[in-house]
Amino acid sequence: MTTAPTTDRVTLVRAIAAQHLTERGPLMPVLHAVMDELGHVAREDVEAIADVLNLSVAEVHGVVSFYHDFRTEPPAAHTVALCRGEACQSVGAEALYDETRARAGSLAADVEVTEVFCLGNCALGPSGTLDGRLHGRLSTERLEALTEGWR
Amino acid sequence: MALTASTVRVFVPGDAAAVSVGADDVAAAVEAAGAQVVRNGSRGMLWLEPLVEVETDAGRVGYANVAPGDVDAVLAGNAADIGVVDQHPWLTSQRRVSFARVGIVDPASITDYEAHGGWTGLRRALSLSSAEVVQEVTDSGLRGRGGAGFPAGIKWKTVLETASDLKFVACNFDEGDSGTFADRMVVEGDPFTLIEGMTITAHAVGASEGYVYVRSEYPHAIAALRRAIDAAYTHGYLGADVLGSGLAFDLHVRVGAGAYICGEESSMLDSLEGKRGEVRAKPPIPAISGLWGRPTAVNNVLTLCAVPMILSSSVDGGPGWKRYAELGAGRSRGTQVFQLAGNIKQGGIVELPFGVSLRELVEGYGGGTLSGRPVRTAQVGGPLGAYVPEAGFDVPMDYEALAETGAMLGHGGIVVFDETVDMAQMARFAMEFCSIESCGKCTPCRVGSTRGVEAMDRIIAGQDVAANLVLLDDLCDTMTKGSLCAMGGLTPMPVQSAIKHFPEDFEPHGIEQSGAPV
Repeated sequence: MTTAPTTDRVTLVRAIAAQHLTERGPLMPVLHAVMDELGHVAREDVEAIADVLNLSVAEVHGVVSFYHDFRTEPPAAHTVALCRGEACQSVGAEALYDETRARAGSLAADVEVTEVFCLGNCALGPSGTLDGRLHGRLSTERLEALTEGWR
Repeated sequence: MALTASTVRVFVPGDAAAVSVGADDVAAAVEAAGAQVVRNGSRGMLWLEPLVEVETDAGRVGYANVAPGDVDAVLAGNAADIGVVDQHPWLTSQRRVSFARVGIVDPASITDYEAHGGWTGLRRALSLSSAEVVQEVTDSGLRGRGGAGFPAGIKWKTVLETASDLKFVACNFDEGDSGTFADRMVVEGDPFTLIEGMTITAHAVGASEGYVYVRSEYPHAIAALRRAIDAAYTHGYLGADVLGSGLAFDLHVRVGAGAYICGEESSMLDSLEGKRGEVRAKPPIPAISGLWGRPTAVNNVLTLCAVPMILSSSVDGGPGWKRYAELGAGRSRGTQVFQLAGNIKQGGIVELPFGVSLRELVEGYGGGTLSGRPVRTAQVGGPLGAYVPEAGFDVPMDYEALAETGAMLGHGGIVVFDETVDMAQMARFAMEFCSIESCGKCTPCRVGSTRGVEAMDRIIAGQDVAANLVLLDDLCDTMTKGSLCAMGGLTPMPVQSAIKHFPEDFEPHGIEQSGAPV
């Protein structure tokens, strides 16, 4: 998200990692904190985290690449995550997902449409998040209305 | 009746489902009107959300599907109400144990929790020995609510009897099954029950540290739980000397990162340790060698939330474990929290003793489909559960009865589909989901699911259907018998149940359309 010079970024990431050193198994909390602070986990972050936590770069990279949440590139200005779980599929989520991806450009100039498997809102589907905020009973029309401020 | 806005308490659920249909905006409007807002959990009647309740002398009167523009009329008593919510037949016919306080209490208030009977189970447990607590949980018949249904007391006994200077309690709150949301709702609506349950567990097994592993898709629950843990520390229910009993117990929240497999207990343990969430081979079982190689009691949220009631004693009804054991059917004791989801008119939480029929849940409580079309099937027990055809809905919902029909209860999620569902697509999706979410450790799951998607694609395209169905069946057999955990081992369940009950959806479309003999 931020375009801070590499050295500043590394200093910040090292500080974040150091804050969690007293916890058992600190890697996941550290990666979440880096995501919250900087929007993604960059290659140089992986090296800095590995160094501070006394892990190999391969171990940290392995964890970053395993979990869907940890992204290695900065996110788009706006994000739409639509649920493709069975409960949402039963009320038309697949069509909504395909359609939204096809017309993503009309929602905002810089938007990312991704899939998610279950948001725990299975009685009020189709569900999704818009810039991280949960919405139920989504439809093309509702998405249009909810993203009005993005255009 | 007209109400003085400033004196009246108004309940607007802060539950994520209610928020997803506008509850935050409603709460802001109520606050702006000068009323005192309590962000309670949801009553579980999700089709009525946002369900606003106004406190009156007669009880809490409910207003369904409230929008911000309706707030003035609600506060003035001019809006159409649904009566006193506690007397709503959808609720009065249930037997709420784990959900007894959800939607009623203020989840942000530790004193409200105590006023509604909280902490009595913990206080009593602390007066008993560890072995006595384990015995009561065993006698209650409580079985793991995560899906496997393993007796909780037996698991705890193993942890208690395994010598170690350090033991853990780990709560599996990675509720990833589509169609399930009970863990989320109980934690958002009544977080202290989980804390109390885990603290009792710590005393029972001799653990000094606890971890709640919660999925990142549940930010509302994470916030509610963290707030409750802070309050529990402040009031002495957690920490170095719980209620002056000498029990030391620290409780931590850890957040997952979007991996379904981490709901499998050994993957969850690896994830808690800061590793890739890969499945561990068993033995050793976690009760002997769990987190960081130490004895660990791993239980689901709902299992732990049943514990305070089991340990409580009541003036009239006898010991909690006995009252719990008196509910249920066969070897499935107590209550089950069913979650009605998908294409359903009245979705939400139905907590009842085991043994209610699937039909009563879907048609009675659920009121049929949202679309108004006939029900065709329900998937019971999450993405790894079977598709039960409408004709089979009379099956009683307990672990053994469902297993006999080739289905499973899982975490109690029921996803309803109407007649428009294409079962070949659902079978393909089961394989696709497994291929996306497999941890990759064992070959039957990792490779089998990808080959399963390819076989389904050929079947859907009408290519050599009979031979591909044989291949798919063989593949399912390999996955069932050869996978390391339930992910690969149970993915065949939705696939094979779909083929068994809905063979017409797997026939070549071309022949069907031309009317030629199949």
